[in-house]
Amino acid sequence: MSRLRRTMLYVPGNNPGMIQDAHIYGADSIMIDLEDSVSLNEKDAARLLVYHALKTLDFGSTEILVRVNPLNTPYGRDDFEAIVRAKPDAIRLPKTETSADVIEADELISEIETKIGLPCGTIKLFAAIESAKGALNAEQIATASSRLIGIAIGAEDFVTDLKTTRSREGIELLTARSFVLFAARAAGIAAVDTVFSNVKDDEGFAGEVKLIKQLGFDGKSIINPRQIEIVHRIYTPTEDDVEKAQHVIEAIEEAEANGSGVISLNGKMIDKPVVERARRVLDLAAAVKI
Amino acid sequence: MKIKQTSIAGTLESSDISIAVEDNDGRGIEIELVSTVENQFGGQIRKVIRETLEGLGVKDVLVRANDKGALDCTIQARVKTAVGRAVDGNLRPWEEK
Amino acid sequence: MFNKAGRKIPSFIDGIGPLVPYREKAANGQYKNTERSKDRQHNPSRDKVMGSIEQVIEAIGLKDGMTISFHHHFRNGDYIVNMVMDVIAKMGIRDLTVAASSLTDIHAPLVKHIQSGVVRRIETSGLRGELAHAYSCGMFDIPVIINSHGGRARAIASGECPIDVAFLGVPSCDPYGNANGYSRGDDAASACGSLGYAKVDAQHAKNVVLITDNLVSYPNVPFGIPESQVDYVVVVDCIGDPKGIVSGATRYTSNPKELLIARHAADVIGASGYFYDGFSMQTGSGGASLATTRFLREKMLAANVKASFALGGITQQIVDLHEEGLIHRLLDVQSFDLRAVESLKNNRFHHQIDAEYYASPDNAGCAAHQLDVVVLSALEIDLEFNVNVITGSDGMIRGASGGHCDTAAGAAVSIIVAPLIRGRMPSILDRVNTIITPGHTVDVLVTDQGIAVNPLRQDLLNNLKSAKLPVVSIEELKERANRVVGHPEPIKWADKVVGVVKYRDGAVIDVIRQVK
Repeated sequence: MSRLRRTMLYVPGNNPGMIQDAHIYGADSIMIDLEDSVSLNEKDAARLLVYHALKTLDFGSTEILVRVNPLNTPYGRDDFEAIVRAKPDAIRLPKTETSADVIEADELISEIETKIGLPCGTIKLFAAIESAKGALNAEQIATASSRLIGIAIGAEDFVTDLKTTRSREGIELLTARSFVLFAARAAGIAAVDTVFSNVKDDEGFAGEVKLIKQLGFDGKSIINPRQIEIVHRIYTPTEDDVEKAQHVIEAIEEAEANGSGVISLNGKMIDKPVVERARRVLDLAAAVKI
Repeated sequence: MKIKQTSIAGTLESSDISIAVEDNDGRGIEIELVSTVENQFGGQIRKVIRETLEGLGVKDVLVRANDKGALDCTIQARVKTAVGRAVDGNLRPWEEK
Repeated sequence: MFNKAGRKIPSFIDGIGPLVPYREKAANGQYKNTERSKDRQHNPSRDKVMGSIEQVIEAIGLKDGMTISFHHHFRNGDYIVNMVMDVIAKMGIRDLTVAASSLTDIHAPLVKHIQSGVVRRIETSGLRGELAHAYSCGMFDIPVIINSHGGRARAIASGECPIDVAFLGVPSCDPYGNANGYSRGDDAASACGSLGYAKVDAQHAKNVVLITDNLVSYPNVPFGIPESQVDYVVVVDCIGDPKGIVSGATRYTSNPKELLIARHAADVIGASGYFYDGFSMQTGSGGASLATTRFLREKMLAANVKASFALGGITQQIVDLHEEGLIHRLLDVQSFDLRAVESLKNNRFHHQIDAEYYASPDNAGCAAHQLDVVVLSALEIDLEFNVNVITGSDGMIRGASGGHCDTAAGAAVSIIVAPLIRGRMPSILDRVNTIITPGHTVDVLVTDQGIAVNPLRQDLLNNLKSAKLPVVSIEELKERANRVVGHPEPIKWADKVVGVVKYRDGAVIDVIRQVK
């Protein structure tokens, strides 16, 4: 089963209480942040805290990402050096604008992996696109490194760059979301949507989750554990969907066993995309019924 | 490794520990600890602070620690950060071993 | 024989015996006493109302060695205990037993009364602050006795704990002693809602003194305490601090961990097999157990299930469900917030009950034994599911027994909610430091990282497992916590016993020792 990324929970990197509890809420991924949520004079403290936390704590099967500071800041290189050694699943690059940004990170990780004897390619990359330039370059970013497992859109910086603000309906993000999604799908990697910052507006949040699910995103970045249940509920297929998907898989398994070429169910032909959709429905269903 | 200036790291929030280090001028490692879990974990906290300092090669230091139930990994991180801020040059403790 | 009313009556009837003929002017009050009536009208404070607490104590004849009692409906806003004890101390009375329904931070002055010999020993449900600290540090010769709410009511009603004088603060009272925790006639400044714990003392104490700051006209109906049980009434300026008596509104917690626990707890209730139309429930006052109500509400709406009654300490959360029609009746022994006080005053199916009716194990029937589900907090729980709610992780007394063991024993499903880890302290220990509630009455532990079912309840285990809830053994949960925090060193106890914990039947279930 492919990894689900319905929810990516932001955790500030200098807060030990939040880091040690981050995995209990059932988010698919946790993104521990060394960048925007850490003030400049605490970068050293957060880096060491995350380094030791990752080396010690057991986060179960939750995917762990660490957002580092950009390499063009005084903190970026030390972040990579420390965090790669702590072996998260992936490092998340902020403010990616070109394929060169990804390649630079990829090469640095390779260098560190070699230094510490880690098989090359162990630590994955996740790129956040947060500007118009980044959005236009989404395709080259998404294919710049074999480490890349996904790209995300970060809306706050993006709307500032566009000289607009965020609206509840999100019309200003439509093009960027589409660029990111197309690039991710073309490259065969995950696409994760931005945060919704008004924690109190559950209704607005649910509306946005429905929108990005329909667009095709794998999931959403979230800032409060309360939001996890809402996302998972929206991403949970109905019993009807699950039943139909099961029929599809049963039909195809039966056809494979019989060596039959053309497969049909209730008079309708089942082709590859139908099977793929059915598999994804069953993956999502399995995730919530553990 | 010599403590050049008094430095502090960490916070007083739950699950954190505030570590202040200052030069102890030949008197070795001394630890003054206040902790919300003194009775149950006081010995362990002192041990982690001491071992972390020894691992960094710090010989003379007075540590004032105010603990709010931090885990061992948090204590290690805060001690290293405090020492990193107190010594000359950049401390890159992840490069050890 | 003719009687004075002029009717012919026999003087003897077989099977009944001699008959007493009616006499016009008898000593038993057949004449209307218009003098007394006038007197009442001109001087309504004539009968029971006394000028001061001191006068009352003199009138009663309170002596060295007697037992006096108080209630804790004013919580940390209570002025009564300190006010009465100061008078008693000044009068030179000594060696008293103080049998309070509970005590808290504001009662720190009891420390000096014990030290000076005015108070010999204390019985209470709980204690906090300086008083608790003084006990735990071994400052007193005689240990404090900890009772559950049901156990205290049982002991008082059975005569095991005879009370010589009950000093009961009441937010509304008429000159003859009809009293309540609120008033329909005015806005009682010190309103506390139910007088559930005080009602037991009023019924059974030899002398009952009501102290009020709100004397209302006769008859003060509805009353929680009837005049028939009351000997004296004293009016004072102020019986408590409203801010300490009730919180304005108990807010739902926004702590994500507590919300997570609460959601699991609601899931457990939903899957327990006891979530049916007409089920009954009680929730404790901790953040997670209060929040359980909110998730339970969603389940009740979705399944079209309504509760027959909610019991115990009543909060805004419970009142909301009542007013929404999701809980038919509220049985209120203690009103926790302003909304609960208002509801008791205004909602006809929000009913005041006394502590004996609530939880006494000797009653022919007590409401706690009618419960389907109770959600309770814990400071510590152990591998045998014993629960501690009285001593903190440092061994110091800092809590209350309350109705914990009563409702755990009475409810068909008792659910303990606790975070797996608090600060660095694991909630699950090999042995709890103090047992308040014995493990065989505790059915389910719900933490933020999994649910454990008492092996005695295979029925619940099966129900929760078939609902695919994350059920693991309590040993596994404990291991999980220890892997993160390590193993705490045991508390260092001295030999001296500073507290005696009684189970609801009066038997001693544990003792609390001095902390070294």
